[in-house]
Amino acid sequence: MNHARLHPHAPAPSGAGASSHPRHLLGLEHLQRETLLALLEDAAKWRERARTRELPCERPRGVTVCNAFFEDSTRTRISFELAEQRVGATRVSFSASGSSVSKGETLLDTARVIAAMNVDVLVVRHPSSGSAAHLARHLDAIVVNGGDGTHEHPTQGLLDLLTLRDAWDGRFEGRRMAIVGDIAHSRVARSAIHGLRKLGATITVAGPATLLPAEVESLGVRVAHSADEALEGADAAMALRIQRERMECGLLPSMGEYAREWGLNAERVSRMKPHAVVMHPGPMNRGVEIAPDVADGERSVIFDQVENGVAVRCAVLEWCAGSLAKAAA
Amino acid sequence: MVRGLAREGGRVSGVTILQGARHWKSGATIDVAMRDGAIVEVRPSQSAEIKSDTLIEAAGRVLAPGLVDLHVHLREPGQTSKESIATGTRAAAAGGFTAVACMPNTNPVVDNVAWVRWVLERAAESGHCRVHPIAVVTLGQKGEQLAEMHALAAAGAVAFSDDGRPVMSAAIMRRALEYSRPLGLPIVCHEEDLTLKGDGHMNEGAVATRLGIRGIPSQAESVMAWRDVDLAALTRGRVHLAHLSCASSFEALRHARRRGLNVTGETCPHYWMLTEEAVGDYDTHAKMNPPLRAEHDRLATIEAIVDGTIDCLTTDHAPHTFEEKRQTFDAAPFGIVGLETAIALTVTGLVEPGHLSLARAIELWTDAPRRVFGLPQVSLEVGSPADLVLLEPEERWTVEPAAFYSKGRNTPFGGMQVRGRAALTMCGGRITHALPAVVIRRGAETGAAVGAM
Ligand SMILES: [Zn+2]
Repeated sequence: MNHARLHPHAPAPSGAGASSHPRHLLGLEHLQRETLLALLEDAAKWRERARTRELPCERPRGVTVCNAFFEDSTRTRISFELAEQRVGATRVSFSASGSSVSKGETLLDTARVIAAMNVDVLVVRHPSSGSAAHLARHLDAIVVNGGDGTHEHPTQGLLDLLTLRDAWDGRFEGRRMAIVGDIAHSRVARSAIHGLRKLGATITVAGPATLLPAEVESLGVRVAHSADEALEGADAAMALRIQRERMECGLLPSMGEYAREWGLNAERVSRMKPHAVVMHPGPMNRGVEIAPDVADGERSVIFDQVENGVAVRCAVLEWCAGSLAKAAA
Repeated sequence: MVRGLAREGGRVSGVTILQGARHWKSGATIDVAMRDGAIVEVRPSQSAEIKSDTLIEAAGRVLAPGLVDLHVHLREPGQTSKESIATGTRAAAAGGFTAVACMPNTNPVVDNVAWVRWVLERAAESGHCRVHPIAVVTLGQKGEQLAEMHALAAAGAVAFSDDGRPVMSAAIMRRALEYSRPLGLPIVCHEEDLTLKGDGHMNEGAVATRLGIRGIPSQAESVMAWRDVDLAALTRGRVHLAHLSCASSFEALRHARRRGLNVTGETCPHYWMLTEEAVGDYDTHAKMNPPLRAEHDRLATIEAIVDGTIDCLTTDHAPHTFEEKRQTFDAAPFGIVGLETAIALTVTGLVEPGHLSLARAIELWTDAPRRVFGLPQVSLEVGSPADLVLLEPEERWTVEPAAFYSKGRNTPFGGMQVRGRAALTMCGGRITHALPAVVIRRGAETGAAVGAM
């Protein structure tokens, strides 16, 4: 049965869907390959400007951005804030703690209040999967997904791609990526998988079966039975953060066992190709999903990822400003 | 019980004649005369002028006993922003139903005699169809202490259910089945192992994985279905499995049938019409419990209906407000409205593709549910109550939630082209619903005002 025809009343799935001129950045799944490559290209330029302290002084049409964080994330917030400063946007921030959200106001009402102040771009971080799509459907502002539940984290996905672009000399075709850990709860993994597949890399995932989502192969990945198998001959590896509450939920017996079976240690990492790199979205549990000597080792590009995070967010904001300019024209 | 139907303006006194209808089973063209809420004469249709107080032109339409829905949530008492007995039964009439059984998970829950009576009184006052209350299995639906089942049955409860929640304890379910056995009334089981369901919001599978929504495996339903089939064997109690949605649950029902256990089961239109794909990009209208499943479960649903594993069809009509559904997927409540689309989805999804004959499809909404709950049968024979529906099985129309009589507009079928609808519904001889196109002539227009045919 064709389900699409059952939803003629439903709004378009996401602004970044079929349209050739996407407005929102909700995820990498619906982003076109050309847009993705252009964003990486722009991000590389923004990184160069930051390194040389040559930042543009003109404001891109006076874009106003609100960082609406309904979930704590110091790292992502600071990265967005720096990017907003670098592109010259007017910026306000909003955090859920002590706000009207705790007084029962719905997410949509809160976002509408913010948007009513003529905010152009809403960067949303929210614990519910689909929250960014939900807001994009009901708001006029451009929505940038800053991480929605266990769905996607597209700017993280872009920064991972930019990091790999450097490590792989711009060639993604035929490259092999290993993602190890809690795939089920990882928006980082989903965005990386969608992005890498679009660019032609292949992905192998590995982790305890309790942390692999149902029918994970449907994401277009191969599943390895062990971390060793996943890493064998890989061009890059990404360790995912393991949260302690997975033990309380009965998904893991202990952090020690996880570290032994799935942690990226020197011996495992040596199975990869000679020039392969090791990534981590942070913050790290040293000694659990990644051994300290690997985190600080020569293969580690973890701090490159952080630098690239600001650059891709600059590029995304510039892209949003471009959307506004086109809409106004 | 249907006193209140007069409010609809459908009061009919004297003799009413339905002229030229097609009998739902035999296909014969018949005229049916009714008086005092019952059928007084049925005969081959005559084109001659008929004298009556009210004449309903039924040519080209199929006449059947009124449909029955054993599984609706009328939300009253307590949640009238979602639905009320008045609006829910009005929606039922529009869907061709003349009777519904309503679930007790209201606020407060129907766990004592006073609330059973209250529901019956409200239905008599404001209802547009017969309302059969279902009472809880356990007090407060807490799954701990049995409700006073004998008193509840005496007050008018037709079944027991903690629907909305499972009876998680197998020991309590065992006691409930044993205790209710002499009453002969079914325990309607909402099959859901809460530990397997966890914090899930849709079917566990590829779509949930893509969307990052925590999944509910179909085994959350089927392990409980198998448990209760086994408990039916232990207790010889009367089990009715509600809203079954997956292949393994149908297997449990087949197993029960082979062993001759006192077990029946139902399924709902959304399970043969849709799969988890309907969630699309977080469409909360496609969020229901049990969730829409995979394609092989959808096909298994059709198979279970066709081969007679399923005893009857229900809607699990579960209205929610617009605001409740307009939330993030995890925050939105489970549920879909169904009364006003049931017959269309049955014709469109089962009859039109050739899975069922129209007569068998109608039987699954009429005689079959009446048998399952032991309700008095309705027929097109003299002496039967005039609980009737005139169907237009060929009629194509577009589902428009905004035009629903239900307060709930939460359906994933909005905008869908469907086939088949109720043109006119009569309950206890009163017209409870009629499309504008139906010609009803009264008094002087009909030629005379006395006597039957
Ligand atoms: Zn239920």
